[in-house]
Amino acid sequence: MNPLLELSHVSYSYHEVNGETLALSDISFTLKNGSFLAIVGPSGCGKSTLLSLICGLLEPEEGSIAFRGKPLREAGASIGYMLQKDHLFEWRTVYSNVTLGLEIQKKLTPKHLSSVDAMLETYGLSSFKNARPSQLSGGMRQRAALIRTLALEPDLLLLDEPFSALDYQTRLSVCDDIAAIIKKEEKTAILVTHDLSEAISMADQVLVLSKRPGRVQKLVPVTFAMEERTPMRARNAPEFKDYFNLIWKELNISG
Amino acid sequence: MAEPSLAQQSFLEQRKRRLRAITLARIFIFLLFLLVWEMSARLHLIDAFIFSSPSRVYKMFVSMVSDRSIFMHMGTTLTETLLSFFLVFLFSVLSAVLLWLFHSLSRILEPYLVVLNSLPKSALAPLLIVWLGANMKTIIVAGMSVAVFGSILTIYTGFSEVDPEKVKLIYTLGGNKKDVLWKVVLPGSVPIFVNTMKVNIGLCLVGVVIGEFIGSRQGLGYLIIYGSQVFQLDMVLMSIVILCIMAMILYQGINLVEKYCLKRF
Repeated sequence: MNPLLELSHVSYSYHEVNGETLALSDISFTLKNGSFLAIVGPSGCGKSTLLSLICGLLEPEEGSIAFRGKPLREAGASIGYMLQKDHLFEWRTVYSNVTLGLEIQKKLTPKHLSSVDAMLETYGLSSFKNARPSQLSGGMRQRAALIRTLALEPDLLLLDEPFSALDYQTRLSVCDDIAAIIKKEEKTAILVTHDLSEAISMADQVLVLSKRPGRVQKLVPVTFAMEERTPMRARNAPEFKDYFNLIWKELNISG
Repeated sequence: MAEPSLAQQSFLEQRKRRLRAITLARIFIFLLFLLVWEMSARLHLIDAFIFSSPSRVYKMFVSMVSDRSIFMHMGTTLTETLLSFFLVFLFSVLSAVLLWLFHSLSRILEPYLVVLNSLPKSALAPLLIVWLGANMKTIIVAGMSVAVFGSILTIYTGFSEVDPEKVKLIYTLGGNKKDVLWKVVLPGSVPIFVNTMKVNIGLCLVGVVIGEFIGSRQGLGYLIIYGSQVFQLDMVLMSIVILCIMAMILYQGINLVEKYCLKRF
């Protein structure tokens, strides 16, 4: 069977008046259905560019991206993208914010709406349906943003440092929340982050990118000998430190 | 709710006293101005024929109310101002949308807009009279000409400063440029619309009065020009006072719109 996502020899550069910048060079990896990949790397190594390529906002200059064995353009993949900030619109209620994607794709059907209702209920936002985003806490906003993405039932979920705008305490608990939601909804996810602990605690593989131009430095599989893995428990596991040191070393070789 | 503490009470009390003092001072200045003006006229310190006086202005107002002519003039100026205000708003939002949709168009037209915006629009009024004739249409166009270019520029700038990440969000949700316009750019620019409206209402009034100066037989601008030509300075000053009050009321009207919008946006 074809993997869910396969990147082969993908390169991309930005063109400006002052010259071109090679952002990514010869990136190849595959992603199985249901897995959780974290991408770490020094800042400016093209992490966000990689996500934009995968979700089709940008086209690779060289190489190809295949989704279930077909070229990304033709695959008709539904890819959810969660940005750094929640970007909930203050002029909409929480409910019309989380249904924004459905509204855009003209999918405001009873079936989709009832799944949104169910998610709002499960993730503790149903009593805030008619509230304005400013009435939500940082963690709730992030959950609302995730529900907005999940409402479109994506096959693949891209998370671009979704916790970076939160304070440390909220970040840890939202991290747990989001990981639980992704696990429960059985989603495949790619997380981009500069926080090594976050990457190790959430992902089952960590891709280390070198500094610009970003190349694949190392792909580290992460497994913990525990049942019911959550990011919080993973952080306290004995293996955690070893993974941390290993990835830290890889990052420093590249930097 | 618990009774506020003594310190809080005295703070509130002090604040209230301060606000009252400010209001009183404002009224006092106004009354003082009227008094000095009236007394100087009565004591022949100034020539009342040229400088008029509050009582003469009031008498003029009463006589024009009794023959109903003042309502016609006020109504004319108000209608022209409101019409040009709404047309400016409609026209500048539509133009800004077009410029936003077609980026090259905005790059091409930018210098023209800047020149038209910095041109003293009163210079256009005589041309407009010749081209369009001395009628209400001309006055409305004159009112629009003062506000429209600045308004297009402000709104377009507002459109292009929309957070690119918000735009990206719409694309990641599978939207296109039309969705970006309707879901982000327009609703996100409501504060800019309100601010433009606040500036425009005054500018439109200026343009309409200029238009009435040179091409009209009615309206407050006409009264000012007519009054100064026949040395009826009472009439001139009365019209100016009415214009002041009219401008204030129109501005307050926009403030109400703003309050409503702030609640929603």
